[in-house]
Amino acid sequence: MTELEKILNCIYEGVDEVNEQLPDGQKLKKSPDTVLLGESGKLESIDLVNVLVATEDSLEEEFGVPISITDERAVAEKNSPFATIRTLSEFISNLLKENSDG
Amino acid sequence: MLITGTRKGIGAQLAKHYAGKGYQVIGCSRKEIDFELNNYHHFRLDVANETEVKKAYLEIKKKFGRLDVLINNAGIASANHTLLTPVKTVQNIMNTNFLGTFLFSREGARMMKKNGFGRIVNLSSIATPLALEGEAIYASSKAAINNFSQILARELAEFGITVNAIGPTPIKTDLIRSLPEEKVDRLINFLPIKRYGEVKDVINVIDFFIQPESDYITGQVIYLGGV
Repeated sequence: MTELEKILNCIYEGVDEVNEQLPDGQKLKKSPDTVLLGESGKLESIDLVNVLVATEDSLEEEFGVPISITDERAVAEKNSPFATIRTLSEFISNLLKENSDG
Repeated sequence: MLITGTRKGIGAQLAKHYAGKGYQVIGCSRKEIDFELNNYHHFRLDVANETEVKKAYLEIKKKFGRLDVLINNAGIASANHTLLTPVKTVQNIMNTNFLGTFLFSREGARMMKKNGFGRIVNLSSIATPLALEGEAIYASSKAAINNFSQILARELAEFGITVNAIGPTPIKTDLIRSLPEEKVDRLINFLPIKRYGEVKDVINVIDFFIQPESDYITGQVIYLGGV
């Protein structure tokens, strides 16, 4: 499994956790193209918080290092890394690279 | 149950009390502790160091699996006129008192959220409502804790987590010993109930906050001694 696939699986675990709480019509699809943030997204802001928190937990278990995906850059960036599951996974991949570079 | 700042003072007595009552207690402090307890696990860390705090929580998750109660007790004080207060003192007080409370609450709430249950109790102080001269920075750090507790209470309510604070009167610990005795006596005389606080008074309020029946009590600050 590639690193990006592992990251996607961690995000999907986060999605699973939040889907348990969401009504049928609002459940998130586990696909890289799923919109998390923005007008076409289905998530309430608290649900996005829940997805991100659950994803961080899965990442910590998978990669064994504490990781914060909600750092200042993520919130401030013009093109939010939380726009879709794909942009989130790419953002996490960069974070992990920065962490391992020290 | 996780208690911060358990090397001495209120924290050490809380750790001994709750471990004695059969709670699995996890404590932490910057320096080594000089006591041993059953049902007690200690971490050496700086409560304001994010990496150290996150590492400790990872270990807590692996070792204990869940967290029910967090008591943010770690705190430092420094009494000084504002015109004579160095920036370093302000940073130290805000880091230990407020940043430490924030970090432990954030990480603790993440664990509690999984079980849909949690109790967070933060240590405030009567220095805040009494606006005591010479304690501008200490009282401000505790004011920050009060406001943080109230907002956190709202944000965490849907996860079954309550957040409350207790504001003790002076209790005879090292923290108070750094203050002039005459000043503390004057303060005690100003209280509706004119005596030093005791750790049992703090425990009484914590017991109320953490009992299962208090699931409808959140965002509250209870001051001791009638303040």
